[in-house]
Order: sequence, then C-alpha cells, then structure tokens
Amino acid sequence: MKKAIITVVGKDAVGIIAKVCTYLAETKINILDISQTIVDGYFNMMMIVDISGASKSTGDVIKNLETLGSEIGVVIRMQMEEIFTKMHRI
Amino acid sequence: MINIFEVNETNKMIEQEKLDVRTITIGISLLDCCDSDLTIVNEKIYNKITRVAKDLVKTGQEIELEYGVPIVNKRISVTPISLVGASCCKSSEDYVTIAKTLDRAAKTVGVNFLGGYSALCSKGMTRSEELLIRSIPQALAETERVCSSVNVGSTKTGIDMDAVRLMGEMILETAKATKEHDSLGCAKLVVFCNAPDDNPFMAGAFHGVTEGDAVINVGVSGPGVVKSALEACRGQNFEVLCETIKRTAFKITRVGQLVAQEASRRLGIPFGIIDLSLAPTPAVGDSVAEILEEIGLESVGAPGTTAALAMLNDQVKKGGVMASSYVGGLSGAFIPVSEDHGMIEAVAAGKLCIEKLEAMTCVCSVGLDMIAIPGDTPATTIAGIIADEAAIGMVNQKTTAVRVIPVIGKSVGDTVEFGGLLGYAPVMPVNTNSCAAFINRTGRIPAPIHSFKN
Repeated sequence: MKKAIITVVGKDAVGIIAKVCTYLAETKINILDISQTIVDGYFNMMMIVDISGASKSTGDVIKNLETLGSEIGVVIRMQMEEIFTKMHRI
Repeated sequence: MINIFEVNETNKMIEQEKLDVRTITIGISLLDCCDSDLTIVNEKIYNKITRVAKDLVKTGQEIELEYGVPIVNKRISVTPISLVGASCCKSSEDYVTIAKTLDRAAKTVGVNFLGGYSALCSKGMTRSEELLIRSIPQALAETERVCSSVNVGSTKTGIDMDAVRLMGEMILETAKATKEHDSLGCAKLVVFCNAPDDNPFMAGAFHGVTEGDAVINVGVSGPGVVKSALEACRGQNFEVLCETIKRTAFKITRVGQLVAQEASRRLGIPFGIIDLSLAPTPAVGDSVAEILEEIGLESVGAPGTTAALAMLNDQVKKGGVMASSYVGGLSGAFIPVSEDHGMIEAVAAGKLCIEKLEAMTCVCSVGLDMIAIPGDTPATTIAGIIADEAAIGMVNQKTTAVRVIPVIGKSVGDTVEFGGLLGYAPVMPVNTNSCAAFINRTGRIPAPIHSFKN
C-alpha cells in the first residue's frame, strides 16, 4: 500500500467532494478515510488514499488534482503520507 | 492514523511559515580524477560530476512535488581542488581552468552552486595550495557558480597566519576583480577555522577526503516555524521556551531526514548527514534575528543577544539530534547579515555592530557571514578579522568562518544588493585601528593547550 494525503481547502460549495471522488475513481485511487471540518468558514477536508493501484504517475495525479482545484475554486493538494507521519510520529 | 490537525499543522508550516529544505548537496570525491596532464584532469572532473549528479535536480524536483515541501537548492560539493590539481597545476592560471570546468559541469547538471574550489592549510600551505589561493580572485570573477573556501586553522594545529594574511589580500583582490557586481565574488568565498568535511551549505561546502565516493547531505531550514511556535509562548518561563524550540526543531529536522533518505534511495547514493542549521533568507518571517526578538529582545544586538542565541542554538541541536540518524556539517543557527531581514534592519538602524556579531559567533555557527564592509578596508584589517574569528574557533573547538565583502567604491551608509538568497546589506563600519604589524609577522599561531580550562 502506498498512502497519500489529499487536502482540500477553500470556500464551501456544492459538489466539491463529488468532483474529487469522481477523479479518484477514474484514476483507480482507493479512499481509505475522509475527515472534514469547517475552519473560520473555510471548507477543510482531508482524505487518506491508497495510490498503489493508480493508473497515473504520482506526479501527474498531484498536478491533475491541483488543476481540478483551480477549476472548482479551492486548493487541492496531494502529498505522500510520510511527510506527516515522520513529523508527527516518533 | 494521521489526523486533519496534524496535516494542517505541517501544511501551515510550509505555506505560511516558510518551512523548506534548504539544500540537497551531493558530495563527490574527485580524488580519482588526479593526473599529471591538466587537460585529462579537466575532462575527468567534468565527466565524473555530470555522471554522478546527472539526476540530482530532477530527483529533487520529484521529491518536492510528491511531498509538497520546497527544496530550495540542489548543489554539489567536491574534493578540495588544491588536492585534485596538485600534480598538474603549475600556475594559478592552470587552476582557473579547473574552476571553469567546475562551472561548466554545474551548468550542465543545473545546480546553482558548486563548492570545493578549496584549500585546507590549517598548519601550512603547500606550493599547490598557495597557487590555488592566489587563483581565487580570477576564478571567482570568471565563473558564475563556483564557490571557494580556505581552511586556515584548527584546534589541533593552531592558525596558519601566512594563510590568514594571504586570504586578507585575496578577499580584497576578489572584491576588486568583481567590483562591477558590488564585489559579489566575495559572497562566494569563505575562510574557515575547523572546517567540517560534510557541510552541505554554500559557500563553504566541500567534500572532505575522509568521505566516501559520493554522499547526500541535506541542510534544513525553518526560522519562520520556530518564530511562529514561540509566538504562542510569550511571557512563559525558560523551560516552556526551550521545550517549544526543541519540539519545533525535531519536526523541522524530520522533514530533512525524510528528504535525505528519499534522495539517497532514488539516486542510489548513500545518505551522509543532516545539517541542523537554522538558515534564514532575506524574506520577512524567515529570520533568525526575528526569533531572538520574539524571545524578548527589542532588537538583535541588545544586551542578552548572545545568551538568547546560545540557548536557541543549543535547543535546536537537542531537538534535531533525535530526529535524524546522522547529524553533521555546521549544525547551528546562521547569522548572515545580508541574508536575514531582521539582521539587515538592526544593522541599518545602527543597533548591531561587527563586534557584537563577533561575540555571537562564539556561541553559534558559523561566523561573520555576509557582512559588507567599506571597500577601502586594508587587506591587513581583513586578515585581522579572519584571525579573530579563527582564534574563537580554535580555542572553543568549533567551526568559525569569515565571509566579508569589502565593497569597492562603497562606504559606510551605502547599501549593497547581491540579489536572490544572498540578499542585500548596509555597509558596516570596521574598527580603523591598524593591526598590520601583527598580521605581517610570519609563521603560525601554535595550537592551544587542552588542559587548565578556565
């Protein structure tokens, strides 16, 4: 399993999760966990996904999600999980 | 499993607090490039660098993209060239051809700096080392990306005052040779005492002779992250302050460790060390001076500055050491003037002088760094500044360095613009009393005694 973290930050709107999930399904990326909060009126979502079966390279997925985000008007970022686990777990 | 708050904390560090990995530096041994024919040496050097480091920039960019953390610089350090060129360089001009080869190789692989145009002469200079040192002004004027360093002393050997005197002259010559660009050549030239073999930071990086064939060293950064964490503990006691710095340093260093291991795996080159330095940039919010001010100083330079810096430096190391499997290099807070917004402000307002900076270098790496001084400063005075710093390093068993820029045609009150990460700096006044008679004595200062510590 190759885990990555997707974060979506921006102004809340209809269909944000749907659009992200559609892209992930098309790219054969499995969602392991989703959590979401509203911080200071801003939509804040985090997904843990498994990209080991992805039909595109990690770099391409990151760029595609970024483009998708700018289309919806939010910031979508995907980062490999280790940057977070290394920093927050001993 | 990781939670949303932890993810947000990391991303806030990267986006708002300017957390980055300052440099991935590949150290490359050029000892196997030695030959008695200069043309062959140049060819071997070019081929080896472009072979070993060919994927460095690409790999760095991939890691940057996949982990979402900026990696500001990708760089190369090589074996001190005075060793590589010893058997083929008969003149300073011969050495300059190697500098040009290094510059060409750096451009081919796409790195912005390559360090190692260096000589290690802490006890004495060989003829070859002297030739290299004398070639530095021309080499730095005629290349763009080559960095040079000279080690003039160590705790074990004492200080080679002949090399110190010569470096005073060469710094001034380098300033003159690059005077059209505000004496920028001097920003690429460092004089060390106790130079480390595995430093990834420029301009003082070189690949020591005790190192393996190739190695990945990583320098982390993150003054903005530390400052931001300290904002949350205003008015708290030293215990809380120190714990906060340690915890923050741990987190910053873990990112460096991750990047270093990834780079090592992808490039197939062993991981060397993480350099635990707080490296500032001229950007607001990425400054070591601002951390000191957050700790409680009205301005850096105020009484208490040295103590605050000593504490900061020590806590960064304590937090960082546990976060990395190998620590090395310079490992300490950097206090370059032109590369640190808070330092620039303090100098411009007359709140920070060279003498206070010198005191600060006693408790942190690395030395008098990126300080613009008047262009009419005599070479012997520059040598005196070098000797003072080297003495601090020699006696305190630490690395110290001098990177001063005598800006030709400018004097106190003027400002110099170096551009990019090198920043800008007000020209600082230097004590004008002469030390020529001291500097002009020949020979060396003996190694200090290691007992009777008082």
